[in-house]
Amino acid sequence: MRQHLPILPVVVTLGGALLIPIVALGARRVAAPLACVTAGLAAVTAALALADAVASGPLRYAVGGWASPWGIEVVVDGLSGFVAVAIASVATVVLTASGPAVRAGYGPAGPLFYTLALLVLLGLLGMVVSGDLFNVFVFLEVSSIASYALVASAGGRALAAAFRYVVLGTVGASFYLLGVGFLYAATGTLNMADVARLAAGVSASPLLAGGAVFVAVGLAIKMGLFPLHAWLPDAYTHAPAPVVSFLAPVATKAAAYVLARSLLQVIGQADVPVAAAVAWAGGAAVLFGGVMAARQTDARRLLAYSSVSQVGYIAVGLGLGNAPGVAGAYLHILNHALMKAALFVAVGAVAARGGGVAVGALGREMPVTAACAVVAALSMVGVPPAGGFFSKWYLLEGSLAAGEPVLAAVLLAGSLLGAVYMYRLTERVWFAGAERRERGEAPAPVVAGLVVLAVASVAVGVASAPIVARVLGPALPALD
Amino acid sequence: MDAPSLLPALALAPSAAAAILIVALRRRPAARDAVSVAAALAQTAVVAAMAPPALRGAPPVWAAIDLVPGVPLMLRADALGVLFALVASALWVLTTIYSIGYVRALREPSQTRYFAAFALCLLATVGIALSANLLTFFCFFEVLTVATYPLVVHAGTPEATRAGRVYLAYTLGGGTALLAAVVWTHALAGTLDFVPGGIAALAAAGPGTLWALLALFVIGCGVKAAIVPLHTWLPLAMIAPTPVSALLHAVAVVKAGVFGLARVVGHVFGPAPLHALGADTALVWIAVATIVGGSLAALPQDNLKRLLAFSTVSQLSYVVLGLAVGAPQAFAGALLHLASHALLKITLFFCAGAIHVAAHVDAISAMRGVGRRMPLTMGAFAVAAAMLAGLPPGAAFASKWQLLGGAASAGAWAGVAALLASTVLTIAYFAPIVVRAFAPDGGEDGDGGHGGEAPASLVVPLLLTAAAGVALGLAPDGLARIESLARAAAHAVGAGR
Repeated sequence: MRQHLPILPVVVTLGGALLIPIVALGARRVAAPLACVTAGLAAVTAALALADAVASGPLRYAVGGWASPWGIEVVVDGLSGFVAVAIASVATVVLTASGPAVRAGYGPAGPLFYTLALLVLLGLLGMVVSGDLFNVFVFLEVSSIASYALVASAGGRALAAAFRYVVLGTVGASFYLLGVGFLYAATGTLNMADVARLAAGVSASPLLAGGAVFVAVGLAIKMGLFPLHAWLPDAYTHAPAPVVSFLAPVATKAAAYVLARSLLQVIGQADVPVAAAVAWAGGAAVLFGGVMAARQTDARRLLAYSSVSQVGYIAVGLGLGNAPGVAGAYLHILNHALMKAALFVAVGAVAARGGGVAVGALGREMPVTAACAVVAALSMVGVPPAGGFFSKWYLLEGSLAAGEPVLAAVLLAGSLLGAVYMYRLTERVWFAGAERRERGEAPAPVVAGLVVLAVASVAVGVASAPIVARVLGPALPALD
Repeated sequence: MDAPSLLPALALAPSAAAAILIVALRRRPAARDAVSVAAALAQTAVVAAMAPPALRGAPPVWAAIDLVPGVPLMLRADALGVLFALVASALWVLTTIYSIGYVRALREPSQTRYFAAFALCLLATVGIALSANLLTFFCFFEVLTVATYPLVVHAGTPEATRAGRVYLAYTLGGGTALLAAVVWTHALAGTLDFVPGGIAALAAAGPGTLWALLALFVIGCGVKAAIVPLHTWLPLAMIAPTPVSALLHAVAVVKAGVFGLARVVGHVFGPAPLHALGADTALVWIAVATIVGGSLAALPQDNLKRLLAFSTVSQLSYVVLGLAVGAPQAFAGALLHLASHALLKITLFFCAGAIHVAAHVDAISAMRGVGRRMPLTMGAFAVAAAMLAGLPPGAAFASKWQLLGGAASAGAWAGVAALLASTVLTIAYFAPIVVRAFAPDGGEDGDGGHGGEAPASLVVPLLLTAAAGVALGLAPDGLARIESLARAAAHAVGAGR
């Protein structure tokens, strides 16, 4: 069993996704607990694999016994394991917390929602643990197609948003596939480690340069990196509440991870300044997303633009490419997932109380929900000891170490913009408005999920130094 | 030599526990308020216990987990830190008793949130005081920013919301500048530890870099220290309940900014390198502008709390002036003034709150006759105001004397002139209040409200702080060895390099 550990999270999730439609024929109510247990098992197996990788070096698993470079390879090291654990555990919490909203009919019917959600999770986990460029594409499509369906399930304006999502997502996937084709033509292999090894010999090849650019553009679309983010705000605004709470924290993260790995291993060796472009696009995203978020009146649209901004932070770190920058990017993948999950779940809980998404005077009726949302907001602004502060610290260190004080200034300006838009949300949630509406606290699973997310936001901040030193550090480029 | 010890961590424990217990006991106000008082007493006791080792030169040190690799969450109770922590904790005890009387007399809403936020503020303040490196300092500095916000907007009115927005905009902006400075320091020096006399590796950087870095630090700490032109939030924040203004906007928050400047001058840059850079002169001029500007702005105020706020702006820069001059005598005088201004200004705010509760008067123009109805309160006010102006033998006389001596011997004549001018101005803005309050009743300026003195829980704390102000003036070292702590801190900085 132990040697199969790297592939287990994917297999478990696939099993759950196949089982739910069958079981749901007889008992529809089983779908929700089954999905949560499946996601939880995926998180646990991913955590075990990560622990193993941290203790005894990267785990490499040849699918079907076919050794690389011919077979498909699955790799769990400190980086991929970390992202897999982040995605699977946040997905578990969010799926649990969105139970009441799904039962109340705020999204697609239970079995459909949970099946699609697990398919998305399957695709994301597959992208993360895969050590094979083409295999990444396969999983990318699995997760994308399932997310298109989820977004579209609300009908109405969500259909238009989903259509845009499909078109841009397909363009992104095509770019990526084209790039992989170029890389294959240049190096003759699809295994990432192999491509990395062989690319050194052909670094001047235009094929390699073209491949690097196409892969980067494709992944940038998928992770919603400015100026290729156009699908994101509409999709997050109009999709059903439980769908957004599930997609927003995790959906862009796997693409960000693949971009990170490609930059480190493959693209970085090409004779084109892709990394610098990613860093500066990230800087532009931080400012653009922040300014747009500060101008929104709809809570979910505000959070969607905030995602554009926060994805920018991740891109800055990846583009910088030095140890503190990349460490900050990985930490921010986890931190942003936690805070964005908490905020979308909280906003969804308010919407479910009949208040629409315009919140007000929530503090008195839903104190725990509001307190958790405030913690997430503080993490977003980057107030210590919340996790968001520490990812920003590493990103700032990375910018200065790379001799890019302008990027550091952009990151700090982004924090201030974050303070502006989070203030707009929080001040009204917690303090404004004296009118009392008897609504009461959100349902227990929602509150429990929010508490877990808020506590985790702070815990990740407090534990960030060991995470960087022990988990991420060994896999990073020369951490001093 | 540093002495590893649990004491610095224990100093944070009471307020941390109190913040949790206060929320847990929200349905039992009596128990909740008892927790507040007990926590304040416990915190003061632990901090006081750290004074002797700090004076012996063996500060208790406690290090926890790493915040980032190589920079631990670390507390060191040196003389400078203990001085500030002691002032804040001891005054928290009195403010808590005062607060309980105040919020009950006015039937304030959200008392649980109020006391919990108060405890968090004190946790952050003592954390700031005891931080052993810049990153720990920054973390507590930001926690203080956030924890103060609910207290500023406590009233829930649109005016309070606006004040809270301005407060957050200034302090988060300052925090961002401070973060930039801290990260940059780490990149330049490779360390963030506070070193008496300055971080040696920092001096290797070019003058342009050092100027820019200092500017970021001064902006970062200067917002809380209310130096001109970063002071605008402070008069607006007077919308908060009076005990908040008393402890946070005269002692904890604003002094955290001044204390941060003391750390930056004494333990990051070092007075000698700053002098070599010529930056001490620039800081002196900022302080001079703030001292005179604050006093002038206080003159026309009619709202008593706003007047006190502008007076605070002015007085805080006495401390900044002493730090900027940097010579040991001036540095010690600055720290002594940190303590004496805290005692005196909190007395004045306590008086303003007592008048608000008992006579329902906030405007100076309506205070005619208040002194005859509330002789104890207004008597304390008059004594504290006189001492704050620098009349001997008050607390501020001792500190001002040292500041003057230090500034004169360093040749900072602009500073000397500002201190003297401010003395005259301080008398000019306080004297009319006292005169009016003790004037006969029934003038056409308005009546002095009704009733007699405020409840004992308001009057006793303000009498105690006024008496402590006198004591500190008569025997600066008799009161909790404040003067020794100030001298030891200044000596450590001076001897560092």
